[in-house]
Amino acid sequence: MSDSDLQFTPLDTFHRKHGAKMSAFAGYYMPVSYPLGVLKEHEHTRAAASLFDVSHMGQAILSGDNVVAAMESLVPGDIEGLASHGTRYTLLTNDQGGIRDDLMVSRLGDALYVVLNAGCKVENFAYMRERIGDQVEIEDLTDRALLALQGPKASEVLTRFVPAVRHMNFMNIAELNINNIQCLITRSGYTGEDGYEISLPAEDVEDFAQLLIDEDEVELAGLGARDSLRLEAGLCLHGSDIDLTTTPIEAALTWVVNKNRRQAGAFPGAQIIIDQIANRSTKKRVGIKPEGRAPARAGTEITDMDGNPIGAITSGGFGPTIGGPVAMGYVDIEFFKPETPVQLMVRGKAMPARVIKLPFVPHRYFTS
Amino acid sequence: MSMKYSEEHEWVTVEGDIATVGITDFAQKALGDIVFVEAPDVGSEINQGDETGVVESVKAASDIITPVSGEVVEINEDLEAAPNTVNTDPMGDGWMFKVKLSDPEEIEGLMNAAEYKTHCESLDG
Repeated sequence: MSDSDLQFTPLDTFHRKHGAKMSAFAGYYMPVSYPLGVLKEHEHTRAAASLFDVSHMGQAILSGDNVVAAMESLVPGDIEGLASHGTRYTLLTNDQGGIRDDLMVSRLGDALYVVLNAGCKVENFAYMRERIGDQVEIEDLTDRALLALQGPKASEVLTRFVPAVRHMNFMNIAELNINNIQCLITRSGYTGEDGYEISLPAEDVEDFAQLLIDEDEVELAGLGARDSLRLEAGLCLHGSDIDLTTTPIEAALTWVVNKNRRQAGAFPGAQIIIDQIANRSTKKRVGIKPEGRAPARAGTEITDMDGNPIGAITSGGFGPTIGGPVAMGYVDIEFFKPETPVQLMVRGKAMPARVIKLPFVPHRYFTS
Repeated sequence: MSMKYSEEHEWVTVEGDIATVGITDFAQKALGDIVFVEAPDVGSEINQGDETGVVESVKAASDIITPVSGEVVEINEDLEAAPNTVNTDPMGDGWMFKVKLSDPEEIEGLMNAAEYKTHCESLDG
């Protein structure tokens, strides 16, 4: 894709005004970092609250009499059992049991609200229309922006604007007005911290973003910090840690395949996925902690202690909260147990590392 | 002598036949928060243009391309514990390694401060 094809989020001018380093990501100009820098943006998110623009992500409302069953035909998640105003993390699987995308599905009255990744949103909305478009109306919310306010102070800050958010539980959604602006607010995020994702009309987002960053606790954070935060939290990045060739079981996302959905034909690739639950997969996604200080980036080969290849790193970098390198990747199934010693081939040298149980940094989600 | 610069954003100063190499302020700003520096091994022979080390920031890894040839005689061991010195003082305490020059004439092919400034401006464009 050439630069001229890149799209702008509704906050593009705002980012540039605040000194963001902009870079192409998933077809958009996105802020990678602000003058604070990735490291401090990361640390600030864990200590207080940070505002992220995630308007590049796809948002849609699905409606129709049969919307729940139709959605269930595409995902291994229990959508029928989702409470009113509940949100669930689930996956669009393919017929091979691979992962087309990961997404959030919320129940809003009789409709479903979905948020999926920017990178393949055009293809995946088209895919959803092709598969269930005869039963379901899919309204692509291209006129809405999406903000994420993340960190231990997020609740205190957002409560000043809309008191009802204080009592929301993790993975709940609410339709709330902020200064007469209609917002869809989910208590969720991609950092491992407490926080909210706020969907609002594109025309209102700049003013609201400014109100939030005017609060003492809030700083802007970019995609760089978002990536190191989610990696420490052990959360997958589609296209890196999960993709069309990895199954939910290999990706250690078995919990996403709800027990009442484990029937052949219930969703794309169900038989393959159910077989892997019963018989184990041949590889598994794990956390990898390099013992030294050198980060191991995506693509780094993982070997056993004799130098035999056993897998590869899919995400890796420096974890500011851990104060050292962190990574995740896939290993052959016999090496998946925590504390298993392995080696990473970094620039031709074998570096000691070990398998660890994810996450690197404990989640601090809010449940009353 | 004064500081010289490479297109790949390394700087060099020379005292006698020993050159000190680091990365420029422009480079550290582009990289962001530096978390790891890997310098070449002391005693190794390196050639101009070789990838002789790595600077890792939170965002990405970047190769150090040596602007001079010779034998590595010292590395900045302080950077192991405090890699962010490259951010705070890239042209001073953030130096990376020292080389006993095998071809001192290579220095003449590097840029002076004014030329390097123009080079950076062309990239910022």
